[in-house]
Amino acid sequence: MRELIGLIAFIPLLSSVALILGAGRLSRIVIGCLGVGSVGVAALLTAAMGLDFLANPEPFQVTLWTWMQVADFAPGVAIYFDGLTLVMMSVITGVGFLIHLFSTEFMEDDISYARYFAYLNMFVAAMLILVMADNLLLLYLGWEGVGVCSYLLVGFWYQNSANGYAARKAFIVTRIGDTAMALGLFLLFTELGTLDIQALGVAANAKWQVGDNMPLLACMLILGGAVGKSAQLPLHTWLPDAMAGPTPVSALIHAATMVTAGVYLIARTHELYLLAPIAMIAVALVGLTTSLMAAFTALTQRDIKRILAYSTISQIGYMFLALGVGAWSAGIFHLMTHAFFKALLFLSSGAIIHCLHHEHDIFKMGGLRSRMPVTFWSFMIGSAALAALPMTSGFFSKDQILLQAYQMHGIGPWLWLGGLVGALLTAIYSFRLVFVVFFGQANTEPDKHTGWRMAVPLSLLCVLALLGGWIIIPVAEVFPVASDHHPAFWVEAVSIAVPLIGVAIAYLVFYSRQLRLEGLVKAPLMQKIQHFWFSGWGIDWLYDRVFVKPYYGLARVLKSEPVDALYNLIVRVNQSLNHWLSEGQSGQMRRYIASMVFGLIVLLAILVGVL
Amino acid sequence: MLMINLILILIVGGFAALISERFGQNIPRKVALAVVMLDLVYLLLSLSVMPELELLQAPQPSDPQSWLMHYSREWIPAFGIKIELAVDGLSLLMVFLTLILGAVAVSASWTDVQVRRGFFEANLLWTLAGVLGVFMAMDLFLFFLFWEVMLIPMYFMIAIWGHENRGYAAMKFFIFTQVSGLLMLVSILALVAVHQSNTGVWTFSYFDLLNTQIAEQTAFWLMLGFFIAFVVKLPGFPFHTWLPDAHTQAPTAGSVILAGVLLKTGAYGLIRFAVPLFPQASIEFAPIALWLGAAGVVYGAVLAFGQTDFKRLIAYSSVSHMGFVLLGVYAWNALALQGAVMQMVAHGFSTAALFMIAGSLQERLHTRDMREMGGLWQNMPRMGAVAMFFVVASLGLPGLGNFVAEFLILLGLFQVDRWLTVIASLGLITGAAYSLLLMQRSFQGEPDETRQLTDFGSREMLTMAVMMIALIGLGLYPQPVLDIARPVVEGLLNFSATVTGELL
Amino acid sequence: MEGLNIPLNHILLVSSLLFAIGLLGLMIRRNIIFILMSLEVMLNSAALAFVAAGAHWGQPDGQIVFMFILSVAAAEVAVGLGLVLQVQRRFKSLDMDNADRMRG
Repeated sequence: MRELIGLIAFIPLLSSVALILGAGRLSRIVIGCLGVGSVGVAALLTAAMGLDFLANPEPFQVTLWTWMQVADFAPGVAIYFDGLTLVMMSVITGVGFLIHLFSTEFMEDDISYARYFAYLNMFVAAMLILVMADNLLLLYLGWEGVGVCSYLLVGFWYQNSANGYAARKAFIVTRIGDTAMALGLFLLFTELGTLDIQALGVAANAKWQVGDNMPLLACMLILGGAVGKSAQLPLHTWLPDAMAGPTPVSALIHAATMVTAGVYLIARTHELYLLAPIAMIAVALVGLTTSLMAAFTALTQRDIKRILAYSTISQIGYMFLALGVGAWSAGIFHLMTHAFFKALLFLSSGAIIHCLHHEHDIFKMGGLRSRMPVTFWSFMIGSAALAALPMTSGFFSKDQILLQAYQMHGIGPWLWLGGLVGALLTAIYSFRLVFVVFFGQANTEPDKHTGWRMAVPLSLLCVLALLGGWIIIPVAEVFPVASDHHPAFWVEAVSIAVPLIGVAIAYLVFYSRQLRLEGLVKAPLMQKIQHFWFSGWGIDWLYDRVFVKPYYGLARVLKSEPVDALYNLIVRVNQSLNHWLSEGQSGQMRRYIASMVFGLIVLLAILVGVL
Repeated sequence: MLMINLILILIVGGFAALISERFGQNIPRKVALAVVMLDLVYLLLSLSVMPELELLQAPQPSDPQSWLMHYSREWIPAFGIKIELAVDGLSLLMVFLTLILGAVAVSASWTDVQVRRGFFEANLLWTLAGVLGVFMAMDLFLFFLFWEVMLIPMYFMIAIWGHENRGYAAMKFFIFTQVSGLLMLVSILALVAVHQSNTGVWTFSYFDLLNTQIAEQTAFWLMLGFFIAFVVKLPGFPFHTWLPDAHTQAPTAGSVILAGVLLKTGAYGLIRFAVPLFPQASIEFAPIALWLGAAGVVYGAVLAFGQTDFKRLIAYSSVSHMGFVLLGVYAWNALALQGAVMQMVAHGFSTAALFMIAGSLQERLHTRDMREMGGLWQNMPRMGAVAMFFVVASLGLPGLGNFVAEFLILLGLFQVDRWLTVIASLGLITGAAYSLLLMQRSFQGEPDETRQLTDFGSREMLTMAVMMIALIGLGLYPQPVLDIARPVVEGLLNFSATVTGELL
Repeated sequence: MEGLNIPLNHILLVSSLLFAIGLLGLMIRRNIIFILMSLEVMLNSAALAFVAAGAHWGQPDGQIVFMFILSVAAAEVAVGLGLVLQVQRRFKSLDMDNADRMRG
């Protein structure tokens, strides 16, 4: 059984290859069956593997083959399976299956149906490789693999150049992080002589002390990879643009799975991070600032998918915060619950967009509560979980994070306070979305209704988003034990109350309109701030000026090949020499004679002079 | 004899192709394909009867008997010039690459070449013969001869069947290679003279010259002669400027051979001759060579990003990728050297395929200007998918051959110079930038519905499939290639270590 | 050997003068006829030097060379006049500067 674990990644990959090779020859039914079925089988196998593992919770390792062997560098294509792997695989295959099913309806009119499922299956395979990898090099394979699939899917509708731009931006910005991560791998291998994750932990603990520079450097480089993939400051700018892809793609890749790969990576290498406290503080601070920045930005957006994108950035910020304060399992727990409710939110928004002539602007929606009840309830539940209202899944995970942040020695209470502000903002923007889209007067009439292939995934995700908080993830063996000391009661009470306050504010402002903010919003200073937030804190603008434009400029300057100027100089010197010498070859007989005579005289003079 | 036969088959085959044109326009390409296939099959059959053990034996660079194959006979005894050929793992890999890409090139010329097809195929085969000679010759005089032999038919291919600016490009190609080749000839002669004055024996044999004791200053200059010759061919920054012109103007098959095989002779020369002949001087020179390599990686990538000509972009990407080879060679450790060998093979396939795509586009659209393309995926989905595959291969997607190569090189380099590794890693980012831009400008974007274009046919798909399978194989299970190259790399490392150890 | 006894130096002086006059003519005249005549003068100056030197040393070589030069001069004139005719036909002029067809 355990030896067959490789199949879980292999089946979607095979299906993807089949879809590519059979492009244009397969019927839609076959494509759908292949696409959804392969992930379904993978999900079933994962479930079986999970039951097996829960009965006998012993991590195991399967080596399929040695990838390459050069000197003492011998990474294998090997799988490591423990509780963390199981959680990740369950999320990927489970949520992935629901999203695939949803896609069959969402994409049914698209002419590139097979290409879509080929990419999506390939993504699932790459993501599974990422989480199943036993060593960092194989993880890197999955890591880049999901990056390419994300590129392909964001630019899926390639006919529009804007989508292509967004896709390239997504790939290149994450590539910057990936390169940092690759450097981290070089450093780890050079220092520790291995890339096997388990062996790395042992070797690092044997060689380094807590607070050494080497683990700090390695952790910061890995963090570079993580912030790129997980869209954290300063490499988050690609995610809002990545919404150009089909909405189920956003749900699967840019909410539930790929963007959380950074969280997984840091959790996976937590033994290194424990040796570098400064790196952990950096993780926490990156998480917190990103979370706040994105929350403020989400408040001002109008595009439903962009709001959700910024909210994803913000929620991953929470996960980073959790990792930074050493609340490893809380971070992974939030990763899982976030996958449930954010996938739910994205799919519901997809349903709205699907039924509303591809309308993205929330102010052109409104009053959809009675027209799209299934979607309304899905969205409601998703938003409640996102806002962490009590008893939803998001509540359990976010509460854990905040409480453990509070307990961190030193800056803990400040991190907690920051997290609370973020939670407040989250509640406000998520319910702003609910009230604006589903209540009030209708601005656009839906022209389609959701079929069962959309309704079933939505309902199942609703259940998970509501009840997912009760799942106990089997990661106790993976991470060091967190202290179960509970902070003061008021801390818990405040943590619970803040999201409710946020919902109340949203209600007053956007539903009952009792709290009128027009005066405040229209003030010139607020206008400016709003604009600043709307533009994502001007970071895109800044990067454009500092990196993109100069690079284009450099390429344009160099295009004429300055090095060639050197060789052209040689050519020109030769040419002028030629020109100069050929002057003498004029064909003027008398000049020839004159120069002959002159030469003769000179020669004679020399001869006589010498003699 | 096997090695001589390999070369002779190609030379004679070239004449056969030339003559066969009398019997029909379409005969030469079939003859050429048959000749290359015959060569390949002959090599495979001969290898299969050889005891497998010898493959894994670590050859002593200076002992020809420990090599896989060795052949030697007198040629001009007065100067100790011999016809001496030998093959070890490295040569063998390169010979295979040459023959496989040779077949690909014939396929690329199938419909591309319209006039004087017989002469074209003959030139193609003669170039291959010259390249095989370069990869196998162990007599420096013979090596130089082949070095020139591969140049001339290539010159004709560019000058006769090239595109609009072919005269300029062919002449530039010729002059660059010729001048640098002359520098190498001077170095060879000086090396032989030094050896003669040391031992009183005239010899051009690689195996005899390996242990020549040379004064430090002289060794440096002689090394520089070899280095420049090989780096021009590689091409390394700042000697690369002939490449974009030659590539852009060459016919598709010419570009395939040029990028896939001819550039590798430079890398091969560095590994085989420049470093082992002058280990001490090379070690002292290594920092400069490494900087040139890193500069090439970044410079090539930036320039590729600025191009609007499809083929020119790929040509600059070659500059960038071959910068990695230079880094790998001069990092001079097992990881980096193995990576360099991998890069030679993987880059051969990925770039050859991209040039074939470029050629197919030019054949269909009559332009290489990417500003006139866009949305071609819609018109030619199969070609688009294939192009996507090779583009992500060239940007170093793990699981494909180029990644293994670049990762090994950078990993090896990291142990030598960390900051340089950081700079070279920028190539990974900039590589992504230009590769995706290529895809965007040509295959993605607004499609032109009025275009009537034929997608890849079965011949093209078959050729592409060969290279795709090769790259996937190299990416997921590179061990066979690494195993063939390993003994050679180990032998070279041991050799240079003992020589420099003695000198120190 | 009584009679006219001119010192060798004087003859050589005359010969050089003749040579210089011929050379000057060659350089400054543009008419091809005059160029040919200047050439003739130069040849004869050399011949004069030979004869004088032969007489001075009492050797026959000088006179033999003179005969030789004579025949060369004859041949030269024959070819030269042929060229003159060609030049005249082609360029409609005897000015050698007009006959410059090189693009240096």
